[in-house]
Amino acid sequence: MQIINKGTRFDLMGKRSMALVFSGVLLLIALIAIGVRGLNFGIDFTGGTLVEVGYTQAVELSVVRDALTQDGFGDAVIQHFGTPRDVLVRLAPRDDLESAVLSDRAFNAMKGIDPGADLRRVEFVGPQVGDELTEDGGLAMLYALIGILIYVGLRFEYRFAVGSVIALVHDVLITIGFFALFQVDFDLPVLAAVLAVIGYSLNDTIVVFDRIRENFRKIRKGEAIDIINTSVNQTLSRTLITSGTTLLVLVALFLFGGEIIHGFALALIVGVVIGTYSSIYVASSSVISMGVSRADLMPVQKEDGGPDEMP
Amino acid sequence: MNQYPLWKNLLVLTVVLLGGLFALPNLFDQDPSMEISAQRDAVIDQATQSRIEQALEPAGVVAKGMAIKNQKMLVRFKSSEDQLKAMDIIAAELGDNYTPALTLSPDLPDWLSGLGAEPMYLGLDLRGGIHVLIDVDMETAIEQAAERYSSDIRTLLREKKLRYIRISRENDQVLVKFNNAEKRDQATEAIGNEFRSLNLESLDEAEAFLVRASLSPVEKQEVQKFALQQNITTLRNRVNALGIAEPLIQQQGVRRIVVQLPGAQDPAKLKEILGATATLEYRLADTEHSVEDAVNGRIPPGSNLYHERDGQPVLLKKRVIVTGNQIVDASSGLDQRSGQPAVFVSLDGVGAKRMRRMTNENVGKPMAVVFIENRVTTRMVDGKPVKVKKKVEEVISIANILEPFGRRFQTTGLDSTEEARDLALLLRAGALAAPIEIVEERTIGPSLGQDSIDQGFMSVMIGLALVMVFMAFYYRVFGLVADLALMMNLVLIVAILSMLQATLTLPGIAGIVLTVGMAVDANVLIFQRIREEIANGNSPQASIQAGYEKAFSTIIDANITTLIAAVVLFSFGTGPIKGFAVTLAIGILTSMFTAIVGTRAVINFIYGHRRVKALAI
Repeated sequence: MQIINKGTRFDLMGKRSMALVFSGVLLLIALIAIGVRGLNFGIDFTGGTLVEVGYTQAVELSVVRDALTQDGFGDAVIQHFGTPRDVLVRLAPRDDLESAVLSDRAFNAMKGIDPGADLRRVEFVGPQVGDELTEDGGLAMLYALIGILIYVGLRFEYRFAVGSVIALVHDVLITIGFFALFQVDFDLPVLAAVLAVIGYSLNDTIVVFDRIRENFRKIRKGEAIDIINTSVNQTLSRTLITSGTTLLVLVALFLFGGEIIHGFALALIVGVVIGTYSSIYVASSSVISMGVSRADLMPVQKEDGGPDEMP
Repeated sequence: MNQYPLWKNLLVLTVVLLGGLFALPNLFDQDPSMEISAQRDAVIDQATQSRIEQALEPAGVVAKGMAIKNQKMLVRFKSSEDQLKAMDIIAAELGDNYTPALTLSPDLPDWLSGLGAEPMYLGLDLRGGIHVLIDVDMETAIEQAAERYSSDIRTLLREKKLRYIRISRENDQVLVKFNNAEKRDQATEAIGNEFRSLNLESLDEAEAFLVRASLSPVEKQEVQKFALQQNITTLRNRVNALGIAEPLIQQQGVRRIVVQLPGAQDPAKLKEILGATATLEYRLADTEHSVEDAVNGRIPPGSNLYHERDGQPVLLKKRVIVTGNQIVDASSGLDQRSGQPAVFVSLDGVGAKRMRRMTNENVGKPMAVVFIENRVTTRMVDGKPVKVKKKVEEVISIANILEPFGRRFQTTGLDSTEEARDLALLLRAGALAAPIEIVEERTIGPSLGQDSIDQGFMSVMIGLALVMVFMAFYYRVFGLVADLALMMNLVLIVAILSMLQATLTLPGIAGIVLTVGMAVDANVLIFQRIREEIANGNSPQASIQAGYEKAFSTIIDANITTLIAAVVLFSFGTGPIKGFAVTLAIGILTSMFTAIVGTRAVINFIYGHRRVKALAI
């Protein structure tokens, strides 16, 4: 079985101006979404209280709202979570109650509707902890990018390092932009997923770069752009197959992994799709634009005891 | 010919066998069980075991197994009904000195547990439980230290007969005022000799000669370290007294404490006990002055106005007879005469001596018991977190001293037996050295935990099945070999997680799912290369050889970069995220082994020793 027939050779790099426009548009949408709509940060970052309650049977949100309003939680945000029996409530801080006991009071109020109700989850994050997580998260992303830049720079050449980081920033921005555009909750697991996207997207890019390097050393004639095009074509099946299997398991995770893991799986799905595209177009095009040539990738020749340059 | 040397084949075989062995414990059921630990001087031995057996017998509950390990006894049961029934019986039989805690333990055969094999350690998000992050109020800890110094300085100056005008404390500094410079300098020397850790500074203001004593940075650090350690000890005592199996209490950073209580179910109660600063103070009542005057604002010096629980005002002497810190033991029960809930208290030597002297001198006069509680909360004011402190002081009982007493006595006036029990627990566990505040809580109910395990397991299986079917179709025999490696990879991940006893979390399971998808990448790279080599007209054996060789450096490069991301995630992440990083990293490493060495061994076994015309790839 073959995905791509033997000998197929798409003129992928020839269409890179089209890809540039496409990426540009995606990035623009992402940036506008992040700038205008902003991310819908979960309580991990904003701080706050969240209570998930499982009822013994389906429950109307209005009933829950009434019960909570009676106990002074009029401004709570209430939604079903996964099933009509599960209710997720976000609570605003209250002046008359300690934050740590907010959840207990709210659960008691919600239990009034159905004594069999089950406390499934409480998450309370104090404002100071939320700020720290946001800062740590940003730093983590920065350090991951720097670490990768250094590794690729050492293993290949600086233009490849820059190319792969451009691709990574592209992938991360578009993935985050997706979350801003559709206002999907951005919580700690989603941040972890974004970091995993960095790892994954790079994995793809490295495989393409590896082949480019190999071909530059092997194929003695031809323009740089042709060699890069050949390399991308040669690795195309692998790129598509690996992305395919990864997407298969991610879709399984998205569909069967439960409500809590949804955002995480979604971020990875978006990231893998974008990462696959970017390893084909963005990373390689950037390298072409920076004018990489055969000489840059030749292994350093060891000097063999020539005549000393003594005057 | 493609053949592995014997040692390589043996290596693969050994890894497979060891992996299987250490992954095995995860297949066994978990028994509902009970962990019994001894408090104070109590011991756990064979006698305890027979006591438990005899107590359980009449109720018809039979323990499935009993074992003593690390001063703790583990009792297993056939069902959770038996477990719960036994909990009540055992708690009643063993009394206050033992704490039984409900837990689960795997039902492993002896030979397996003898090898040290254990199932994976599930995180709180999978097994259910409570995680709280506690912030220790260091500012208050330092102020308290300054307060202690100010009273020590007062005593010192009195002893040395150095007259001062006033001693006051401002934040973390103590100001002492004198009426001439000479006295000030003498005092400065005396203080400097006695308290070497204080920084002293002389200040001259209009008509006033001052010494400003402040805690040195080293001293401040010491105070903070002590406050943190003391609080950890106190919290550990409290958690132990509550009877929770496998609690984790750990320092995080310089001022935070993490408390993780697996399986705990009542977050409201737990937070109350953890955060409680309740303590008692014994003071004499002020009977010489009028309470009405005090209520109207004329509080006599040397006394303070308090309120009883029903709101009744009382005047008490400022001087404290004994504080909660001098209480070494406490238990709860009922007062024999009135039948009211009571706390029975034992004092340390110093406290007992003071109590005996004070009660001796004041027979017939009323003494009050003050219940004190500190609470700290953080509120957002104009977008900035602001700490709000609240101190509750209530007089819970006031009664005439009938006869002198000393080391042991009782206190009544509490609202319920439950309150008496909680107060006894808090007094026994010791006071917190500095007020604390819960800044993060994550509670997972047991039903959600089980759902997450089931859903996680299901997604791993479905993902695995999809990938395996695809690989078998796409690469035929080679695909099946890759499938074998994939399954082996999963077994190895589980085995390593079990061996390291690393915490498996829900994002951790997601990490496993992700590795399943990505692990075949190495094989895809190798197989694509082999196909290319064949297309270039090379022989099957040479193609296999070249395929593996050429793909190798690519695989290493690609995996190392993912590993970098995993390491960064691990060092920055908290709890569940760390779990993701761990499984991702382990998955990358094991997949390199199974996908490169493992598949090669099998491919060599199938094709290596014979002439091959065509490969099924």
